[in-house]
Amino acid sequence: MSFLSVSKVSKAFGGNTVVDAVDLDVERGTFFALLGPSGCGKTTLLRMIAGFETPDSGTISIDGEVMNAVPPHQRPTNMVFQSYAIFPHLNVFDNIAYGLRQLRLPREELRRRVETMLATVRLEGLGGRAADQLSGGQRQRVALARALVREPKVLLLDEPLGALDKRLREAMQIELRTIQRKVGITFLLVTHDQEEALSLSDRVAVMSGGRILQVASPRELYQRPNCREVASFIGEMNFFHASVKDIGEKGVTVNAGLLGNITLPRANAANGIKTGDTILLAIRPEQVRVASEGVTGEIITQTFLGERSHFHVKIAGRTAPVAVSGHPPPGSAVTLAFPPENLIGLPSSD
Amino acid sequence: MKSSRLLFGYALAYLAFLYVPVLVLPLFSLNNSAFIAFPLAGFTTRWYAGLADSALQHALVNSLKVGIATALISTLLGLTAARAVTRYRLRGANAALGVISLPLFIPDIVLGISLLLLLGTLGLPLSLASVVLGHLLICVPFSLTVLIARFEGFDRNLEEASADLGEDGWMTFWRVTLPLMLPGIVASLLLTFITSFDEFLVAYFLSGTEATLPVYIWSQLRFPARLPMVLALGTLILAVSVVLVIFAEKLRNQGVKKPVVGA
Ligand SMILES: Nc1ncnc2c1ncn2[C@@H]1O[C@H](COP(=O)(O)OP(=O)(O)OP(=O)(O)O)[C@@H](O)[C@H]1O
Ligand SMILES: [Mg+2]
Repeated sequence: MSFLSVSKVSKAFGGNTVVDAVDLDVERGTFFALLGPSGCGKTTLLRMIAGFETPDSGTISIDGEVMNAVPPHQRPTNMVFQSYAIFPHLNVFDNIAYGLRQLRLPREELRRRVETMLATVRLEGLGGRAADQLSGGQRQRVALARALVREPKVLLLDEPLGALDKRLREAMQIELRTIQRKVGITFLLVTHDQEEALSLSDRVAVMSGGRILQVASPRELYQRPNCREVASFIGEMNFFHASVKDIGEKGVTVNAGLLGNITLPRANAANGIKTGDTILLAIRPEQVRVASEGVTGEIITQTFLGERSHFHVKIAGRTAPVAVSGHPPPGSAVTLAFPPENLIGLPSSD
Repeated sequence: MKSSRLLFGYALAYLAFLYVPVLVLPLFSLNNSAFIAFPLAGFTTRWYAGLADSALQHALVNSLKVGIATALISTLLGLTAARAVTRYRLRGANAALGVISLPLFIPDIVLGISLLLLLGTLGLPLSLASVVLGHLLICVPFSLTVLIARFEGFDRNLEEASADLGEDGWMTFWRVTLPLMLPGIVASLLLTFITSFDEFLVAYFLSGTEATLPVYIWSQLRFPARLPMVLALGTLILAVSVVLVIFAEKLRNQGVKKPVVGA
């Protein structure tokens, strides 16, 4: 069994299923992200792991111990709240020391631990600062320090960077990753920001409507999404309808209409695809090539974003334009090629 | 400008209207004459010396007893109700609040008479306890208002954060809830104490033989010679009330500041 294991956990509020038979396995010491749109049940799942909500069914276990009946104050987890929940009547030092009371440490040892933690989150010298005199970034660090100082088995972070502005958020992402490597504690981070999830974590679970769609490494998630929802939630993706002609040793041959017959590698097609199925072919904008042979279309828009510039091509007989990364060639007509090794086959959801 | 001068004049008249009668009290309490009339007859403190009277002191002790009991019970009731209303989404919470606040809108004299009738029907004796009962009806709405405002400015996650950091319910109450509620609790205690201490009508109907201070003062007004002494007493009560009210308001407004970020 994995370090943190969530098994068939469901939760409904007043007849609304918010978390639906979720399975999650998180290995010790990993940085794990739970990615999903607003309202998909991320906070609810996190609160069940922390013990603030009781699952209607299913089990949650940490380090081999079933947690369902353990009250929050006895769980080996600590949480960084979405609102930070800094104690307003305590200063920074006392906020961080709050969870160490039961250890009954000698005064010197307590001071040493808190100061080490202040240094870890780079708040040296701010121990005496009142809680209401902190900036957003500082509050975030205090919340993190207060949770980390207890050395939990699992640290739960609920959109910890959501309230920060873009620049601070990017700086804190790097820091969060560094701190996690340094302390080696298992981090479970909830976010609706796909870039944050991909850049920070070792593994990502994509959640939607209370269900887990896919759990994979960031690279795998990007290159081999297992369904249309994941593919379009993470980055941009072009889709084509196709029907499966043959599944053979060399690969899967499909008829993709405008693109003609294509044979893609077996590994590029999702499991469970059978001959005769209607499927979706998906390709990332940066995998589409401008070539001398292929499908011809007309450039309709182009967006200059420096490194991330892209343009859209309208192809006759197709409603959605094709997104292509890079700078467009001169002229309005362009010929595009779709390398089979970069096309992936997904089950058609409709 | 003309309109602003007019406004200033109005404000001045308003303040005079509010405070001149009140200032008459200390003025005549120091006047060396048994008659309340101008011109003043000279300075004396003898009316204050006359306060050392056993019936008066008994009434004062009664009022303190009633005030303290009312303040404690009303704040406790207010605390539990305010917590329930702000913490849980209760069905009928608004209706319940309306019912609790209703005595605010019932004239005290009606309240006094109806309680008197009720106690009589039930065959219960009039006592300080019945006065406390009447004062609770008046004071619980005050407690509730002060405490609900306090709970509403209070991030629910704070108590969860405390549990998350290893403290059980009791320690969380002790280390987080109580310190954050304390200004509200003290404000409620002071407001309800003053309200009860100053209250006359309900006490007049329900106190029976045990007079509270306002009831005692009322009884003394029949003797013209005692009037300056009543003024002296009124002056002292006024001074203490003003200090307590200022203190309570200060505490009430010295809030938990809302967090800068998050909800
Ligand atoms: N205590 C509750 N009572 C009733 N409904 C709730 C409760 N908590 C959450 N919900 C509902 O459950 C759904 C999921 O909420 P949740 O907070 O888990 O979403 P989330 O993924 O964290 O969203 P966000 O990204 O906006 O924070 C929402 O529709 C919400 O209204
Ligand atoms: Mg949330």
